[in-house]
Amino acid sequence: MSLAELQNMFLNPDLLERYGPRFIDGLLVTGKLVAISFTLGALLGLLIALGRLSSNRFLRSFTGAYVYFFRGSPLLAQLFLLYYGLGSFKGFWQDVGLWWFFRDAWFCTLLAFTLNTAAYQAEILRGSILSVAQGQREACKALNLSRWTAFRKIILPQSLLVAIGPLGNELILMIKASAIASLVTIYDLMGVTKMAFSRSFDFQVYLWAAVLYLLIVEVVRRSLKLIEGRLGRHLQ
Amino acid sequence: MLDQLSLLSFASGGWGSALLAGALVTIALALSCLPIGLPLGLAVAVAARSKNRWLRAWATTFSTVFRGLPELLTLLIIYYGCQIAAQKILAMMGYDAQVTINTFVAAMVAFSLVFAAFSSEIWLGAFKTIPKGQFEAASALGLSKFTTFRKVVLPQLARIALPGLSNNWLSLLKDTSLVSTISLVDLMRQTNLAVSVTKEPMLFYTVACLGYLFFSAISGRLFAFLERYFSRHQRSAQP
Repeated sequence: MSLAELQNMFLNPDLLERYGPRFIDGLLVTGKLVAISFTLGALLGLLIALGRLSSNRFLRSFTGAYVYFFRGSPLLAQLFLLYYGLGSFKGFWQDVGLWWFFRDAWFCTLLAFTLNTAAYQAEILRGSILSVAQGQREACKALNLSRWTAFRKIILPQSLLVAIGPLGNELILMIKASAIASLVTIYDLMGVTKMAFSRSFDFQVYLWAAVLYLLIVEVVRRSLKLIEGRLGRHLQ
Repeated sequence: MLDQLSLLSFASGGWGSALLAGALVTIALALSCLPIGLPLGLAVAVAARSKNRWLRAWATTFSTVFRGLPELLTLLIIYYGCQIAAQKILAMMGYDAQVTINTFVAAMVAFSLVFAAFSSEIWLGAFKTIPKGQFEAASALGLSKFTTFRKVVLPQLARIALPGLSNNWLSLLKDTSLVSTISLVDLMRQTNLAVSVTKEPMLFYTVACLGYLFFSAISGRLFAFLERYFSRHQRSAQP
């Protein structure tokens, strides 16, 4: 087998010219989807973690049920539930003026991903908040810090240091899970790949996607390791 | 409300038995990944600890690739890739036939590989917690390498690895919902069919979510029992 034949098998120039730009677009969509939903999920997750740790029994059981539901069922089912399920109440959403949101696959995917990752991140944050030594809280009380200041200045920085590793894992899981968005007509990296395959019937596009996903995940993993080392430098 | 519930009944016109059949396929698929996935994961972990450089590199590549790829992509690559490869091989041998691979087998292979990759990390972590003295003691007793592994290391590994494996099992169970995209009729696919016929997406997708929740809850119970069983020698005597 000559070199040109080998190249044709794995990196066909014609195919690359036709679908290369679309793959870049898909990559950007995947990045945007993960970045937005992960950030919103972190904020919501922090609130849920605080709810799970609160002394209010109602709040505790509600957030517990939320986390249990979203961690116990597949993201695919949740996405379909939001997109097709909530989308079926067209009249209601039109009345409250939110139809533009639930009509759009992009917004529904963002919502589903945010709610899903919030549940996972809430568990990570809850564990890390609990891991802060009790003496730190007592010291805050002794210094007469308000609860909010104590949380913001003492508890949160220490717990985030513990949480950053698991949060990084969750980010990587999120990047991988974002491929599911292609099933509700979003043209992310996976969506573009499926479209390219259905038009060209050339299997190599799947291999391109595999390499791209591996590349993203590896880059994210390495940079998270660097960040983790940097944040924990006072502990070494 | 009542006629919605009748859609879930097991009588004719109800989707109860169809959903149940789908749920059984989901469970069967997830369970059938264990006999390949668990030993393969253990083998990859042992390979990653071996002295042979090639074996180590192979194990690292395997676990990096299958942990880094989205499960959906792995599934599609195995499903289409095996078909195309089989067709090419047949064409080389002179046959010109359309090959279709059984979706269940394709899904089983794909999820077994993913499960093996994730569980190899768990096994590796468990290996690190076993003190060196255990190996030295086994060697002092003249146990062969294989006996050491089977009688000394593995029982301890199982106890330590169990919580991690339970997490992997739960994500495997949820990932099996992806097979609905290659039209294997599991719980998710059956739900999609029911929705397209009855136009009741809210009801059926909620039922599907609750179905998966139910399986997760049962698995949680089972693993709690297993953990108690494997650490029974560590329990203190009842007062």
